Amino acid sequence: MIETQQPMVRMSSVTKHFLDVTANDKVDFILYPGEICSLLGENGAGKTTLMNILFGYYACDEGEIFIKGEKARLSSPKDAIARGVGMIRQHFALVPTQTVLENIVIGTHSGRSIFLDLKTARRKLLDLGKRFGLEVAPDAPVWTLSVGEQQKVEILKALYRDVDILIMDEPTAVLAPAETDDLFSTLKFLVREGRSVVFISHKLNEVMDISDRIVVLRAGRVVAKRQTRETTARELANLMVGRELNGNVSKKPFEPGPPVLEIQNLDVRNDRKLAAVNNLSLIVRQKEILGMAGISGNGQRELSEVLFGMRNPVQGVIKINNTPLRFGHPSSAIGLNMGRIPEDRMGTGLLMDLSVEENMILESHSCVDFQTYGLTRSKKINQYTDELIRAYNISTAGRDAVTKSLSGGNLQKVMLARELAGNPAIIIAVQPTRGLDVGAMEYVHQRLLQETERGAGILLISEDLDEVFSLSDRIAVIYEGKIMGEALAENASREQIGLWMSGVSQ
Amino acid sequence: MIRLRIAKRKPLPPWARVIIPVMAIVVTLILSAIPILLAGGQLWRSYFYLFYGALGTRFNLLETFVKGSPLILTGLAVAFAFRAKFWNIGAEGQLLAGALMATVLGVHLGGVPRPFALPIIITAGFLAGGVWAVIPAVLKTKLNVDDVVSTLLLNYVMWHIMGALLFGPLQQPGSSWPRSAAIVEAARYPMLLPRSRFHMGIIISFIAVFIIWIINNKTTFGYRSKAVGVNIRAAHFGGINTTAVIVWTALISGGLAALAGVGELCAIQYRLIMDISPGYGYTGIVIAMLGNLHPVGVLFSALFFSVIIVGAQTMSRMTGVPTYIAEVIQGMALMVMLVFLLFTEYRIRVMRK
Repeated sequence: MIETQQPMVRMSSVTKHFLDVTANDKVDFILYPGEICSLLGENGAGKTTLMNILFGYYACDEGEIFIKGEKARLSSPKDAIARGVGMIRQHFALVPTQTVLENIVIGTHSGRSIFLDLKTARRKLLDLGKRFGLEVAPDAPVWTLSVGEQQKVEILKALYRDVDILIMDEPTAVLAPAETDDLFSTLKFLVREGRSVVFISHKLNEVMDISDRIVVLRAGRVVAKRQTRETTARELANLMVGRELNGNVSKKPFEPGPPVLEIQNLDVRNDRKLAAVNNLSLIVRQKEILGMAGISGNGQRELSEVLFGMRNPVQGVIKINNTPLRFGHPSSAIGLNMGRIPEDRMGTGLLMDLSVEENMILESHSCVDFQTYGLTRSKKINQYTDELIRAYNISTAGRDAVTKSLSGGNLQKVMLARELAGNPAIIIAVQPTRGLDVGAMEYVHQRLLQETERGAGILLISEDLDEVFSLSDRIAVIYEGKIMGEALAENASREQIGLWMSGVSQ
Repeated sequence: MIRLRIAKRKPLPPWARVIIPVMAIVVTLILSAIPILLAGGQLWRSYFYLFYGALGTRFNLLETFVKGSPLILTGLAVAFAFRAKFWNIGAEGQLLAGALMATVLGVHLGGVPRPFALPIIITAGFLAGGVWAVIPAVLKTKLNVDDVVSTLLLNYVMWHIMGALLFGPLQQPGSSWPRSAAIVEAARYPMLLPRSRFHMGIIISFIAVFIIWIINNKTTFGYRSKAVGVNIRAAHFGGINTTAVIVWTALISGGLAALAGVGELCAIQYRLIMDISPGYGYTGIVIAMLGNLHPVGVLFSALFFSVIIVGAQTMSRMTGVPTYIAEVIQGMALMVMLVFLLFTEYRIRVMRK
């Protein structure tokens, strides 16, 4: 019966090229009033591009867009907002130093008067907040809000502009489980009132949970459209990847060796000089993966930075194979044979503006093989890089290609190749598959498992519970800088881990 | 309605790095027609004398190299520092530090034979400029002091130190002008070609281009300073001692600028005067940008600048267009180059509505 309604949005045969890449190839997309429609697909499938076109951020090369029955030519987001289309990105467009109210009225100013009418705006904002259960203090500066609250501000911003077609780009990527539940009930409430929501994600469970209808994109094309009640997560996964996935990574029996990493009574402060890690102790043994689960912002970043040599702790000892780590010196971590996969691979891990080769030799460029009296031995380096490119199956135009031309999965392969080349004794992997597509994710997981078989110990710091569960031998949960609890993976229940993650002990 | 948008473009092929500066120079010369015509010059005659005056005779050609030498060195100094994102705006002060050191030694190195005197002066001059550049580098790495401001302000500090010395202990006995005594014969650069001022400093500047090219492309230090320049956090993460890299980069950069000062003193002026440099250090910034921070690019852009500077003299004599036109052309070259550099990464998209 829904099919007979006038669609809110109809995009027909939309094509968009970026240089040589076809991001959208003759995509048809329809959005009905009162529904939540999910756009599902791997990274680079063209979900975000399609929605950027609907939001007027990109112009499509071919195709037509109809909004509420009218043909729309959108040359900027302003045009889209005027027609009731709003988009909330993963990275919020908020001014951190301004208040909630100020952020909401930015750009809505009519241009008639030179003074802001904040009184009316405040009333409207409070009304909206009450109506939709999105209550946020109007005078709080945005930087003091949690990520979940900031997202509420973004939604309010859209509602304030009378948006009735709301695009959410991976909205749950940054949220804690409880915040996700909140978001979902808000979204459901919004569509009950006749609005429509496009939900972009690659998390299957959430998509199954929230949407009425699912459109699967692969390599820029629509490969399937399903009613949610008529499909299963398994079918969607296969549609998305285009091949059968073997459900779990193969895991060998757990037989840990002697400890390779010992952290004793570590106290660390964050950038704002507040305690981030509190008296934390843990041990990682040879041949095991210790998965550290936790909601983001509970000290994981600070802990990993101390391990990497990028931050000085207040106190504590870290030993690798019984040798203490010198704090604040990344070269000490490298010297102690630590493989380091940082969370922020583009900003911290890789030199995006240099070549693949120059990234491969970052940590080893001064070893005897690669230089004599400070003169680089390019032949040896070329050979070394080519071998790694082959061994890790990195798709690049060559060792001299600039690193930023690589795709996300291949960037992470470069990272792995460099960090694992020296057969590290201990590997610290922080969010190693964040933002990667299913194929690349599987590759990273296999590589890490291979490393444990070789004898390395791995500390896997991840916010992705599925990842933690499928890889770890032991699971530790970090909450407010402390280990809330620890369990063998086979004995751990999701419920227990979830409780620890939200700070409930037993 | 037509709307213009700026969009990222595909990476350009390698030959573009050569074509772009050349194109920039052509466009500069086209644009420079406007001020030349405004100054009442005949266009073709003016351009003819501009280039004839710099390249047309043996003496003028060699003079172009004489003028080019300090520009090559300051351009290299700036380019080398900028590559590591050490924003050295202080080549002028480092040049003066080199000249000052050369004066102090040059006046007093009496009985020392030339083969010993010159290496001592060159090394000491290099270090003087280097140390002057290391000060802001240490302030930057240890105390987070902005290097643009500190390097720039230290230029004035050095200029006033020089003034104080020239009115004080370094002043030529019996003179009332702020100038030093002449340096001894042994401290002077040998002239390499008869009937010209083609001196050893020119060779030094060419060797410097070669050495910097080697450092940039063939040494681990060059690799490190590039890494620090593109992403200091990632370089630090990779175990590079970023403080050491920046300090050493500053030392070499300041040293190169100082060599320009040593050359001007020991080959041209023979005594320190307040206007030993007509702003070579600042022109070096423009040259470094025009040369795309590449040592060979710097070589050519410095020589182009010196063609303009030397040629403008003849042009002015023959056509009456004032020599200031040379500075207008230099400024124009920088603007055009910066615009061209923008278009190496972005393009303008015309959208019809």
